[in-house]
Amino acid sequence: MTMLKEGRPTAPQAVTETASIPATATGNRALMLEEALIFEIGSTDTTGVDLADAPKVESRLGNLARADSIGLPGLSEQETVRHYTRLSRQNYAIDLGLFPLGSCTMKHNPRLNEKVARMPGFADLHPLSPQSTVQGALAVIHELAEWLVKLTGMHSVAMSPKAGAHGELCGLLAIRAALEARGDARSVILVPESAHGTNPATAAFCGYKVEDIPATPDGRVDRAALKARLGPDVAAVMITNPNTCGLFERDMKTISEAVHAAGAFVYCDGANFNAIVGRVRPGDLGVDAMHINLHKTFSTPHGGGGPGSGPVVLSQALTPFAPLPFVERQGDKFVLIEEETADEHHAASFGRMVAFHGQMGMFTRALTYILSHGADGLRQVASDAVLNANYILRSLDDVLDAPFGSSGPCMHEALFSDKGLAEGFTTLDIAKGLIDEGFHPMTMYFPLVVHGAMLVEPTETESKAALDQFILALRSLAGRAKAGDEALKGAPYFAPRRRLDETLAARKPVLTWTEPTQAEAAE
Amino acid sequence: MINNVIPAFAGVTKRDNIMRYLPLTDSDRQEMLSVIGAASVDDLFVDVPAEARLSDKIAGLPDHASELAVERHMAALARQNLSAGEAPFFLGAGAYKHHVPASVDHLIQRGEFLTAYTPYQPEIAQGTLQVLFEFQTQVARLLGCDVANASMYDGSTACWEAIGMARRITKRGKAILSSGLHPHYVSVANTMARFTGDALVHEAPTLDAATDIDALIAGIDKDTSCVVVQYPDILGRIADLTPLAEAAHAAGALLVAVVTEPVALGAIKAPGHMGADIVVGEGQSIGVGLQFGGPYLGLFACKQKYVRQMPGRLCGETVDAAGKRGFVLTLSTREQHIRREKATSNICTNSGLCALAFSIHMTLLGERGLRELAALNHGLAVQAADRLARVPGVKLLNESFFNEFTLILSKDAREVVRNLADKGVLGGVSLGRLFPDAPQIGNGLVVAVTETVTAEDVEVLAKALEEELA
Amino acid sequence: MSRYFTDEHEWIDVEGEIATVGITDYAQEQLGDIVFVELPAEGTTFEKGDDAAVVESVKAASDVYAPISGEVVETNGALEDEPALVNSDAEEDGWFFKLRVTDASELEGLMNDAAYKKFVASL
Repeated sequence: MTMLKEGRPTAPQAVTETASIPATATGNRALMLEEALIFEIGSTDTTGVDLADAPKVESRLGNLARADSIGLPGLSEQETVRHYTRLSRQNYAIDLGLFPLGSCTMKHNPRLNEKVARMPGFADLHPLSPQSTVQGALAVIHELAEWLVKLTGMHSVAMSPKAGAHGELCGLLAIRAALEARGDARSVILVPESAHGTNPATAAFCGYKVEDIPATPDGRVDRAALKARLGPDVAAVMITNPNTCGLFERDMKTISEAVHAAGAFVYCDGANFNAIVGRVRPGDLGVDAMHINLHKTFSTPHGGGGPGSGPVVLSQALTPFAPLPFVERQGDKFVLIEEETADEHHAASFGRMVAFHGQMGMFTRALTYILSHGADGLRQVASDAVLNANYILRSLDDVLDAPFGSSGPCMHEALFSDKGLAEGFTTLDIAKGLIDEGFHPMTMYFPLVVHGAMLVEPTETESKAALDQFILALRSLAGRAKAGDEALKGAPYFAPRRRLDETLAARKPVLTWTEPTQAEAAE
Repeated sequence: MINNVIPAFAGVTKRDNIMRYLPLTDSDRQEMLSVIGAASVDDLFVDVPAEARLSDKIAGLPDHASELAVERHMAALARQNLSAGEAPFFLGAGAYKHHVPASVDHLIQRGEFLTAYTPYQPEIAQGTLQVLFEFQTQVARLLGCDVANASMYDGSTACWEAIGMARRITKRGKAILSSGLHPHYVSVANTMARFTGDALVHEAPTLDAATDIDALIAGIDKDTSCVVVQYPDILGRIADLTPLAEAAHAAGALLVAVVTEPVALGAIKAPGHMGADIVVGEGQSIGVGLQFGGPYLGLFACKQKYVRQMPGRLCGETVDAAGKRGFVLTLSTREQHIRREKATSNICTNSGLCALAFSIHMTLLGERGLRELAALNHGLAVQAADRLARVPGVKLLNESFFNEFTLILSKDAREVVRNLADKGVLGGVSLGRLFPDAPQIGNGLVVAVTETVTAEDVEVLAKALEEELA
Repeated sequence: MSRYFTDEHEWIDVEGEIATVGITDYAQEQLGDIVFVELPAEGTTFEKGDDAAVVESVKAASDVYAPISGEVVETNGALEDEPALVNSDAEEDGWFFKLRVTDASELEGLMNDAAYKKFVASL
């Protein structure tokens, strides 16, 4: 059997309160308010909206009227505001502090972006409105597309993918369509072992066999192994650059040349584009397709897990296969090229990936951000992101193991491991300790190639003071974990919840709320 | 109305190197470089091959700009659009204009929701997690299913994921798509099926009052993985799905129902209660807004027995080390970051903030508000349909509908729609735009009537249609 | 009855033409808390090395390969309700499935108890 030995304890040990903090009758603790579920506090007869009476008409519902109780509780407006405000306070967020999740680029989300996205001329537009009435919206898509093409040095961009993984899919579908168009059936995609899990998942979805490419001891793709594996069955190589160890793939250009010489394509996972925007253009490295996570590099909000947006820049070779729809400028008019308007020039398009035109609400935000920074500011973004990460790396590499610390400067993220911690202490303990120190933990146990990995990405929007406080916290935690401070294993102590039992959640999944039985209610 | 002159961005408005989103000062940078032991930031980019290193900013692009300058430019672009609120508005076909209470947008802009990440650290993400648990329950109940996931990109991608899930469950590769399924959803499925090898059976709709359920039943065979049917369908028609579910189950196939207007389920039976095994939908109608097509909200629900085949994130209830109830992401071994090439789907993100907006709006409505909203939509739609059907050259296709119906015009509806737009009326979606390869139905116009439509709006549309068709 | 082990950490008890398959105690310890076991359908036939089952912990899903060729004649229904059996009793009550062996010669070359212990010690 296959075994992923890399893991972490997922069921906490029971704890007892050590300090003599008195209990409260409500369970609340001052500003830390417990909040029940809407199903427990609402009722199906309560509503927070008032609507006009429905006109009396003869129903045309075809005898399908819904008679059963749906079971949807309502709250008054005031209770609704309070419910969600209370819940919001149980979340950590960029707005509260440094959010150093490696590979996620949790940078500040400027509020101008939000204001612009809410302008009625953007927010209140129907996707199927006649094109004469949405020229400004098409102009936004076109203007953003032009920036993305210029920033990456690529030929074109497919705007519609809904998120990074969807962009990967778009890129691989374009590659597969291009290969099919030349009658070249290839079956294998090479993926470095340090890749994001989405890479092999996407490749497999597109019908390809996935083969791992090993890394060299310094944390980069093994160029010799990759070249040796190239052949007529290889469709593409998926490379993340800068890679998930936070390093720039020095050999990217020669790798691309070898891949092209073997008749295959280069897909670049652009999750880490923030490190190089304005300083390196992927097009100059021989990339054929790369998705850009607008929610990373271009500051659109992560929203607690989406929505994302993943436009894909394409090389000239892949451009004819780009998905519908897209926006073209024809004279002083913008035209949306979709099924109705696509002519023979677009016959090779591999089709449509989403119902409408992609994440317009993210396009307006990203364009606002890009125009705010401009060409000079975006270059400074990469510079400061890399500077901040190296500052963290060098401020901590005497107390935490930095497996690739001697491989040269890191890019926008610093990678540490759990090597050297006291017996029984893990990356998880450091992460949970950071919560008590007032920080969101770093990415843990990724990339898989490093044992107990801790991947720290501060981003460029952190001040030196914020970085110094974070460094202070991590130095303290590293010291405690090395000294075997047992208290650390109980962390977090000060969060809304202690460590949660993920084993229980997975063994007996409770995915929806159900009315408690009388026996349960009596407990 | 709209002058249609797209302004170019003014460009440089500031010449210093101070950018409002970058807090480091030059002296900070110097200090940090000395800690690192590098002479300059360029030294940190030594691993980039020299020929790929840009020595200066990319030429030909404007420099950084003030907040005012950027806002002015974006506002000018926004003014080049005719928004739904500015005109008599009747567009639907998969995206609907509904009134969203003011508190929804206020709450989703709280930084703790807006600027949080996927809740991988549950101790400090209980807010997002409890919302997702409540959302899953609301969606499951609305769609009439046992369980729902934490959302997907949008309705069209959720629809494709349902087809893939049916393949995994039945181990069969032929899906029959109703002619009443949104054509863009069909396009998305066709794109994907080309690469996965699924066989999809589909035809364009015909302009009949009845749905194609009888034909779908006749088409089911032993190779069929699922039948995919939209409810209400693209022409606004509704029909009982029970016979279709029975026929599918008798052949060992699944029924996938697609709901693009969830408000309808405040008035009509839920697909899950008519035997659908998987119910997917577009949640945009509730809380999310039009946004020119995205971000939207994919709804995904199914029977309990299929939960381990379900794509996407799931939130589950558990307890913490002190015994308090809490929530975590669970069953994540189905997902790409664990299963890699064996994942149920390559999807990584959900549509978290849109799910939050949906959940808040649904909480404000409650069952009572949802039913009132649905009744109001239906009542106004019935009145509008009857009024518009009296326009010479207009015939109402539907016998049954919720808040959307199809008019058959005396000429091609595409041109009519464009001409109406020139008069400032957003009159509906032409079937020619939706089905460019089916000219035989080109006279069809799909009209949606929600609570935002007034009697005056309907009169304006009726008069404008009368002029167009005269 | 004789018990065999594979280097993929599966054990096989052979009794007549029926082989009972499970994962070893060492494997369950490495995986941590088992939360779900996906078992093959009865009647499925496997070639040696095919994916036969999936065992899931909270953070990992691992494939269990068919250690020998055969047809599935019975699966351990108790694991459906209580996957924790794999943790508490991997090598007895936590068995996965029973195969009707098609080629007994495939058992040659598998390890016995002593050899497996030595193998694990070397990891």
